[in-house]
Amino acid sequence: MAALDRVKVLVLGDSGVGKSSLVHLLCQNQVLGNPSWTVGCSVDVRIHDYKEGTPEEKTYYTELWDVGGSVGSASSVKSTRAVFYNSVNGIILVHDLTNKKSSQNLYRWSLEALNRDVVPTGVLVTNGDYDREQFADNQIPLLVIGTKLDQIPEAKRNEVLTRTAFLAEDFNAEEINLDCTNPRYLAAGSSNAVKLSRFFDKVIEKRYFLRDGNQIPGFSDRKRFGGGTLKNLHYD
Amino acid sequence: MTLQYHVSDPVLHCIGSLGSPELPTYRLPFPCCAAAPQGWKQEAKTPVAIAKMWPTDHQLDSSSFHHYFLLFVCAGGFVSSHHLQGHQVLFFGFGWLFFMRQLFKDYEVRQYVVQVVFSVTFAFSCTMFELIIFEILGVLNSSSRYFHWKLNLYVILLLLVFMVPFYIGYFVVSNIRLLHRKRLFFACLVWLTFMYFFWKLGDPFPILSPKHGILSIEQLISRVGVIGVTLMALLSGFGAVNCPYTYMSYFLRNVTDADILALERRLLQTMDMIISKKKRIAVAHRTMFQRGEVHNKPTGFWGMIKSVTTSAPGSENLSLIQQEVDALEELSRQLFLETADLHATKERIEYSITFQGKYFNFLGYFFSIYCVWKIFMATINIVFDRVGKTDPVTRGIEITVNYLGIQFDFFYAISSSKSSNVIVLLLAQIMGMYFVSSVLLIRMSMPLEYRTIITEVLGELQFNFYHRWFDVIFLVSALSSILFLYLAHKQAPEKHMAL
Repeated sequence: MAALDRVKVLVLGDSGVGKSSLVHLLCQNQVLGNPSWTVGCSVDVRIHDYKEGTPEEKTYYTELWDVGGSVGSASSVKSTRAVFYNSVNGIILVHDLTNKKSSQNLYRWSLEALNRDVVPTGVLVTNGDYDREQFADNQIPLLVIGTKLDQIPEAKRNEVLTRTAFLAEDFNAEEINLDCTNPRYLAAGSSNAVKLSRFFDKVIEKRYFLRDGNQIPGFSDRKRFGGGTLKNLHYD
Repeated sequence: MTLQYHVSDPVLHCIGSLGSPELPTYRLPFPCCAAAPQGWKQEAKTPVAIAKMWPTDHQLDSSSFHHYFLLFVCAGGFVSSHHLQGHQVLFFGFGWLFFMRQLFKDYEVRQYVVQVVFSVTFAFSCTMFELIIFEILGVLNSSSRYFHWKLNLYVILLLLVFMVPFYIGYFVVSNIRLLHRKRLFFACLVWLTFMYFFWKLGDPFPILSPKHGILSIEQLISRVGVIGVTLMALLSGFGAVNCPYTYMSYFLRNVTDADILALERRLLQTMDMIISKKKRIAVAHRTMFQRGEVHNKPTGFWGMIKSVTTSAPGSENLSLIQQEVDALEELSRQLFLETADLHATKERIEYSITFQGKYFNFLGYFFSIYCVWKIFMATINIVFDRVGKTDPVTRGIEITVNYLGIQFDFFYAISSSKSSNVIVLLLAQIMGMYFVSSVLLIRMSMPLEYRTIITEVLGELQFNFYHRWFDVIFLVSALSSILFLYLAHKQAPEKHMAL
């Protein structure tokens, strides 16, 4: 089997926003029939065509790591979760359009993932007026996805969408709003699909390509996991 | 199996969290009077904390409504503090505040009904206790006290027997997708079933003298009392054993950093294996898709028969890999929980070395002696057919520590945005029943002259029965939790030695 290069993307968000459904939709192109509680982390793999339609098209595996839990978890759970945040190439932030708190918690989620060297003390430096500087020099591409769009009544849709536009701007990221139980939101050719594709392309670019377009020479994944003494367990 | 031990101080915590929820919250157990002032200072309202409470631009809508409403309610309560109604309003405000800040901190409340019902139950429960205090202190004249007692009791019974169970049934039913359309109908059905069992509860217990009618207040109170007393005894028993187990560092297993690292490595290895298997499945799906074979899961009866006889070899291989993936995912979940458990134990070890930790360790020894004494007394009461005469203060501390601490941790552990409404209503129901039965039990410990009003209001219930029942359930609960904790404690280090 051809050794396709790998890329790791985290999927973060509060419990019950629909991360597992989203990941299932992105990877299997099918709707998840029986969503259940995610304990720990569940991974799925999406095969992505980088620069689709151009002569430089290449296929990459994108691993979507769906980390379960809430921002208010005990610090022991947070320390355990931190082990999944190693060597991340991209982050998808998922929030529930019907639940404002889940959008506000995204700031804390992103801080948790990006500053995982800082011991979580519960002291939140930012509370709504956060520091855009922190996200300005952030190298990891972000994407904000709002779920349960179908549950918002037509009248309130504009208001909700303007709010999420502000949110995405804060993160310096693109945003997609959809309903995870309906695959037509990500139908090929729709603007959502284009944004998604662009996001994954950006992730792959940051990971594998230097600014001038040359590929970063052969980077083995063997050093990534805990101490460098593990054998790479790829079954071919 | 993993058990999470959180020592949380409900009372100080919720009062202290009136300040900014983002300030570091220190978890202190309730009966540490020496440490209480310290805890208060750390969680006091600083000007910065108050400023953070005001809504910023992003939050201007329902949460600001809550803040203003709350201020209005508290102000109103304060102003009319000479009347009992004023106090009730104040308690209502507290209940609301507690609900918002503590229980539903991370969720957005969409159903105001739940919030209102919870706050009302809380308000009336607190008022009942206040009435007892008024009784002892002699505040207000006795006819108005009697009137308030009666009113309070009727309202609480109305809530506990009619409203809250109905709403619980309604929210449970609306969570189930199948019954969503006719949820009102099914909610009524659930409520009728509840009423039937509630009534049947009265038969095996000798709680009434036969001269009372069917729909009298004594019937309802006695049943509510039985349920409440059982709950109290169960929780007290468990708390009496769990409390010293949590405080004392003697029971802490020894966890080193190397253990944690080894476990984390195993976890990442497992994730790696899952990924590589999923890659194979994805590649196989893609090639099949490109070749034009669409991988259909066999649907229906004939589909399954067909798939037995004619199955492509590729798909057999795939289903085998899928099974392996499921097994590996289960393993990864187990490893995650174990790692979290180890982290928690390590933090507790670090905490126990500090001065606060040593202080609580000492408290733990003190509590364990106290709990052993309680169990001993319960046994004596049963064996020698005595009725317990503990003082209300001890019982009060017991109730607060054991009940509230456990309730909140349990709530946090099982809450989610789907079931949060149901859980809050359950909490309201349990709290109400608890308070009613506390009144019943307290009556026994009060001097004779104060008992009259309770006896007058509640009629002639067999109070001795309640005390005996409490002792029995308490003993059973304490002994089974000792057994349970012993087994859990024994099982854990053996699991780690197998790594």
